[in-house]
Order: sequence, then C-alpha cells, then structure tokens
Amino acid sequence: MPFIANTPQQQKQMLKEIGLSMSAGGCLTADGLFADIPKEFLAKEFKLPEGMSEFDVRNRLAELAGKNHINLTCFLGGGFYDHFIPAAVYSIIGRSEFYTAYTPYQPEISQGTLQAIFEYQSVICRLTEMQAANASLYDGGTALYEAVMMALRITGRNKIIIDDSVNPIYRVMIHSYTKNLSIDLDETKNDEGLINRKELLNRLDDNTAAVIVQNPNFFGCVDDFTDMAEAAHKKGALLIVSCYPISLGILKTPGAMGADIVTGEGQSLGLPMSFGGPYLGFMATKKDYVRKMPGRIVGRTKDNKDRTGFVLTLQAREQHIRRDKATSNICSNEALCALTALVYMSLLGKEGLKETAQLCADKASYAWQKLTAIKGVKPRFGAKWFFNEFVLDLPANAADVAGKLIEKGFAAGFPLSRYYEGMENSLLVGITEKRTKQQIGMLAESLEAVL
Amino acid sequence: MAPENLFYTKDHEWAEINGDVATIGITDYAQHSLGEITFVELPAIKKQVKAHDVLAVVESSKAASDVYSPLAGEVVQVNDELSSKPELINQDCFKTGWICKLKVSKPDTKNLMNASQYEEYLKTI
Repeated sequence: MPFIANTPQQQKQMLKEIGLSMSAGGCLTADGLFADIPKEFLAKEFKLPEGMSEFDVRNRLAELAGKNHINLTCFLGGGFYDHFIPAAVYSIIGRSEFYTAYTPYQPEISQGTLQAIFEYQSVICRLTEMQAANASLYDGGTALYEAVMMALRITGRNKIIIDDSVNPIYRVMIHSYTKNLSIDLDETKNDEGLINRKELLNRLDDNTAAVIVQNPNFFGCVDDFTDMAEAAHKKGALLIVSCYPISLGILKTPGAMGADIVTGEGQSLGLPMSFGGPYLGFMATKKDYVRKMPGRIVGRTKDNKDRTGFVLTLQAREQHIRRDKATSNICSNEALCALTALVYMSLLGKEGLKETAQLCADKASYAWQKLTAIKGVKPRFGAKWFFNEFVLDLPANAADVAGKLIEKGFAAGFPLSRYYEGMENSLLVGITEKRTKQQIGMLAESLEAVL
Repeated sequence: MAPENLFYTKDHEWAEINGDVATIGITDYAQHSLGEITFVELPAIKKQVKAHDVLAVVESSKAASDVYSPLAGEVVQVNDELSSKPELINQDCFKTGWICKLKVSKPDTKNLMNASQYEEYLKTI
C-alpha cells in the first residue's frame, strides 16, 4: 500500500468534515478529539519526560540496561521459565515469510499464515486434550481474563471463584480488567499450598459462572481437579484451568480432568524469557463453547475444486467486524509467538516434550533434596507433589537471601512475600532441564553460605 | 417474492401471526445480503421481548447480525434444526428457515409492513 501524503489544506478539510480544527500552531487540539469522553475519565497528566536526542536516549537505555544482572544462573519461575530453546526454532521463525507476516485480514491470500495458526491450534488441543483452541492471545494473564469473560457469557451468571494459589499476577490482572464490571470475584485462600476444596465447594452456588484453578499452581504443587470439575458442573458452573504447558508432557491434562476452558502462558514453549514479553497466551475449550471463545479460529476446509484450504472460520465476533458485540476488545493474536511454540513443539515431538517435562521434574526433585538438606531450610508445604517448582521456608527473610545470592551469581528464586502475607521467609525455587547437577550443587552451597 | 400472509419490518424480519402465536424469521432480502449463514444463536425459551429487542443473532462467514423482534411477546419455541443446519435460512427463509415462535397476547402490527409495502420499501434501499 503506497503512503499517501496529505497537504495541510487537505488535512484542514478532513478535520472540518469531522468537526475538528487545528490550533494556530498547526496542532490538533486534543480537546476536540476527546470531546465525547466525560471529563472525569480523561487522564489528568501523562508524566512524560521532555524529548531527548537519539544519542541521549541510547545512553539512557544503556545505563538502565547496565543495572540488570545478567549471566545469573536462573532458578526463577513463577510463570516464566528458563527452558532450552533449540537454535532451529530461531532459524525457522526468522524466515522472512514468517517473521513479517501480519494477522490475516485477507485470509484467502494468507494460506501459509493460516496453516501455521491451524497447526498451532491443533497442537494446543492435543497438549491440553481439549477440542478447540483459538489463534492465541497476549499472555497467560489476559488469556485467563478472557476465560473469565467467556464463562460469564456462557452461563449468564456473574460470580467467579478463584483460589489464591493461582498466579497472583494473573489475579491482579483479572481484578484490574474487571474493576468497572459488575462481577462478583470471590477469592479463596489456599489450603497448605493446594486449592482450598472445602471453601471452594462452600462458595460454589447457582450464581457461580466459573471456578478458576491452576496446575501446577503458583507454589509449584500438582493437583488433580477432576472432583472440582464435577462439583462445578453439578452447579451449572464451569471449571477454568490455567496450566503450564511443558508440565502437560507428563501430568494429567486439564481436558482429562473435565476442564471447560484451559488457558496458560506459552512462554515455556520456545520463547525466551523477556521482561514483559512478547509472550503467548493460549486458550482451548470444548467444542460447544467455541462460539463464545474470543479471538479468531482458523479452520481447514475444501474449496470448490476439492483442494484443501485454510480459512478464518470464526471471526464474526471480532472487534474489527462487530465492535459492540465483539467477544473481546483485543483484536490481534500473538502470531509469531504462536508459530514459535508450534515450531518448538514440532521439533521436540511427543517424546521430546515428555522427556523435557520428566527432566524438569527429576532435577527439581534432586534440587529439593539438596536444598532441604541445608540446616534451617524446610519445605513450606509438607510432602506434596510438585512439578519443577517448590516453596522453601528459609531461616531468614527470603528477599534478603535472594538479594545476597544475586551477588553470588544466582537468581535463586521468587520471594513470595511480594504477593502473600506471612510468607516473608518463603522462596519459590524453579528448575528447568537446563540446570545441571553442578549448578544445583553450587546453589545449595551458596545458599548455605549466606544463611 | 415476499409472501402475502406475512408482516415485515424495516430490519428485514418477517412475522406470521396465527392466533396468539407469531412465527419469526428473516426475509429473502436479508438472507441474500448476509450470504452463507454459518450459525444462528437462538433465543432462550421463555425469554420476554419487546418489539425491536434483539431476538437472535445470525452469523454469516464475515458478519454477525442481530435479529430484532417484530413483536412483543414470549419465546415459546425455537427452530432447533438451525443449530446443525443454519443453511436452512439460505435455502428457505420463509418456511423451514424460521427462527422462533413468540406467544403474543395482543399482536401490535401497526409498525409492521404488509408484503406490498415491504416490496416498495426494498426498492428504496
């Protein structure tokens, strides 16, 4: 599409047409543009610094980046994990036909992009054992929020019960996204690191749209929610499960548990850890609910000459088509990130994924033994199943200890006091297949030394 | 084109009134404009609607359109067959492609058009 320049005269004319004018300095007055927004909803100020030259900006960014500790051995998890990414992943997604492809608004001419999305959806369905997946969402948190909205649409109810063992960042996101909606968001407090079944069942009523749980949960604990799915369904509510895709290589899938909507963060599937993303939210559901699912869904079909083709099967409720009735106000997907996940999973294959998951679990188990053997270090939650992450109670403030370990070259874990009261000494330690026996040993030695 | 015995709205719905039951659907003009219909979201039984309330949603491959109720009433029956065969609306919008039936105690047809008025109206758009 050629860039079309407008003359100042034409700009004036266009503005006049929509009832706006330019100020003397040739600037559009924001007042005119935002006239339809009530004053109390307008931002008072933007707190933006003055403009800088490119040279100054580069220096400033380099200075900020210099504050980062890089080359730390990573034992941090909490939703994002330091998994190994085969070089082939980058080589494949870096091809220009993949790298530059944008969302297929002219689907007929984007067969390659559509096929890639279709394959991604298929892989997510098989991974979660669900019947339909969409073309992807921004990240695990937005995906979970969208699942909430979807459950409200499906059930026509407005109560959501969420256990606080669900990722606190996701919970904050749901709270802030739904702040101005009439949703009854009921939060239960976890029971010794697992979902609070008793409380969840108590609060489950005829007004409940969905119960939200996570597996493995934020504390790394592994659970089976089959009973919760049954209980929710009996009350006409849905079960939403947020999950960690790598763990599905060996754990019981949300689909097998009877989940209605499954979401999660796809970063572990070949995407690098990155401060804020881009990340990948995935979402899958049962076939019956597919029309209530946000975003687009690509389908495979046959054309009139019986040739296989790919189409945007479901997009009629997308924002660009039907804004007021759209199923979501997010109108794009994370196409390249979804492709990355697809490439990663196809390179690993079924066995590779299983092996990766098993390695994570085995190494975490080894690390757990090593770390809990240190005097004063105890597992926070009795003997429970965990996947690749677990909570330790230290004999000192966990944030302080984590700070000291950074000086020794370790990102030792996530201090839970940031999100949970009464867990000042608790550290969430995550292990991936990348951590070696030697690194785990060194972490244990260093931890012992700083305590 | 537009059957004589029906009432029509400007939004291209039709209503066939039999005693206190009105059968509702969309017109040939509507189905033709929408193109291939892929899904129909039917109203819930017992749903109360006023005239011009949204009754159903008809999706074609590239749009989802509201179907407004021509009359006030209560939904007493829906055409379940549309769930698996939405194309019935394209094939025969006035018969097998009906959408739902409303119980209407006092059908208020004064804002509706008859067949010839609707045909005239179509010429103006």
